[in-house]
Amino acid sequence: MSQMITVREALRDAMAEEMRKDPSVFVMGEEVAEYQGAYKVTQGLLQEFGSTRVVDTPITEMGFAGLGVGAGFMGLRPIVEFMTFNFSMQAIDQIINSAAKTLYMSGGQMGCPIVFRGPNGVASRVGAQHSQCYASWYAHCPGLKVIAPYDAEDAKGLLKAAIRDPNPVVFLENELMYGRSFPVPEGDDFVLPIGKAKIMREGSDVTVVSFSKPLDYALQAADIMQEQFGKSVEVINLRTLRPLDTETIIKSLKKTNRLVTVEEGWPYAGIGSEIAAQIMEHAFDYLDAPVLRVTGEDVPMPYAANLEKLALPNTEKVVNALKKVCYV
Amino acid sequence: MTQFATAITKADALKFYEDMLLIRRFEERSAQLYGMGLIGGFCHLYIGQEAVVVGVQSVLTPEDAVITAYRDHGHMLACGMDPKGVMAELTGRAGGVSKGKGGSMHMFSREKNFYGGHGIVGAQVPLGAGLAFAMKYKQSNALSVTYMGDGAAHQGQVYEAFNMASLWKLPALFIIENNQYAMGTSVARSSSVPDLYVRGAGFGIPSKQVDGMDLFKVREAAAEAVAHIRAGKGPYLLEIKTYRYRGHSMSDPGNYRSKDEVEAMKTNHDPIQNFLAIIQKDYTVTESEIEAIETRVKDVMKEVVEFAKSSPEPEVSELYTDILIGE
Repeated sequence: MSQMITVREALRDAMAEEMRKDPSVFVMGEEVAEYQGAYKVTQGLLQEFGSTRVVDTPITEMGFAGLGVGAGFMGLRPIVEFMTFNFSMQAIDQIINSAAKTLYMSGGQMGCPIVFRGPNGVASRVGAQHSQCYASWYAHCPGLKVIAPYDAEDAKGLLKAAIRDPNPVVFLENELMYGRSFPVPEGDDFVLPIGKAKIMREGSDVTVVSFSKPLDYALQAADIMQEQFGKSVEVINLRTLRPLDTETIIKSLKKTNRLVTVEEGWPYAGIGSEIAAQIMEHAFDYLDAPVLRVTGEDVPMPYAANLEKLALPNTEKVVNALKKVCYV
Repeated sequence: MTQFATAITKADALKFYEDMLLIRRFEERSAQLYGMGLIGGFCHLYIGQEAVVVGVQSVLTPEDAVITAYRDHGHMLACGMDPKGVMAELTGRAGGVSKGKGGSMHMFSREKNFYGGHGIVGAQVPLGAGLAFAMKYKQSNALSVTYMGDGAAHQGQVYEAFNMASLWKLPALFIIENNQYAMGTSVARSSSVPDLYVRGAGFGIPSKQVDGMDLFKVREAAAEAVAHIRAGKGPYLLEIKTYRYRGHSMSDPGNYRSKDEVEAMKTNHDPIQNFLAIIQKDYTVTESEIEAIETRVKDVMKEVVEFAKSSPEPEVSELYTDILIGE
């Protein structure tokens, strides 16, 4: 049995269920408690769990990220919310140098079970400093797991997995997805595996790989390719960016021989670049066309509505890339 | 004799002397091994600062957690970590406390509640506040001690941590080990105010300046701070004024200060010699007791160096372990 819930509710339910189960789990961040979350993701948690476990912080990202990591070393399981991941740049030293590397530097003694979560990527008309995708930044670093859910099922099942994971996890949400509803299995023990992609629809002519909100464009483009060009598109939702489910990507590529990646982030050293490299290394002989990347444009995000639209990936750009690799 | 000296026994006095001497000899041997090419990279020695860590540690319990930056060898020995493991980490061997994968600046011990060993100046301060946060969360009576240098005292995140620690009344003792030089830059050239302890006041944190070349004074101040923290009154800041005899790291020629200045500190303010003079007078410590300690430390160091030289390099397979738990 499944029920329709919003991505926002799925995230909240995941945290609440894990907090009921494990008293060492707590949430910390700006406006998470009394304000009920800047985007209302932590709604109701303060009322249920109290101010010891739902902690409003000052605006002090580097400080509370580091404080969370220290608490994680001590055996707590912090969920650190960044109001948006744009502000995580203030804290990135603590995420990488303290959270991600310490297990290795301690010869396996000092793990840090922590989740850094919040909205990532582009919102709407908020300009360059509030519109950036950090997927490739964090996915670059050994010692981290990086997750980017698309729908409510991903959000709930993967956030629960992230909270239970003994390693530091960066959990990249998308503000524009918070209000959308999707079916999610009922019950409080729905967990998805980290590191496994999901084939959203099967196809035989071309593969499109995406994650988070841009998966919308991939799904819409797949419809158009089928209707207008009779091309059967396989759509892969990565779900996890590190470790990358290379196996699922390569298996699909070997079937379709053509592949397009779609992401909101910049093209240079992006997730699509990594996927293209993996394909070169593992399946070069199976390619019937070069891998193409659909990405955000290589510019800081403009404010003007027309320019912002141009800077972002969209369904049309995905269709064009798919046509190109299919030579239609 | 300071007031607090009366509260220690002769056995305590001998132990503190031995603890300080072990750190000094350990660091001297580190310098030698570095010179021989057995230790690589960065290596920051604690010589001159021994009374700070031994004095503070003397008022802690085993449940209390300690965290510091990269001048960390002394802190680990004071926490009771095996000097063999620390030295073998310096030489990058499998017998090192981090299996040779951390090095001088990155060592940890869950068993001894030592949380590193951090290479980014100031980053250990929010981490230390986090240790205290966890202690309060678990309703434990323990506290965290976070050491930083005078250089770290200018990092913004230090004050982010002070603010939260005070706001939430965390059981955190913050210690600025002011050895007066952040690498080659003196406090006078880097700080807008001459005294660093005053920076606690802006956060409502009680703060004090202490002579770090006198173990009795360090111990007294630390005891007062710890009592304040254990009473649930929140964090405390100590600026402990000390002096490092060696360069910032092994590659530092030390041109930013005069030889006379260094020699004057060594001659007139050495924490170990000063302590020895006091305990010989006030605790009737004899020459033979001193000799016994010196011999013991010498023997320990012989074993330590032997172990650090003979322990094998880590297995090649270790390259890919300890990246994630469970993989």
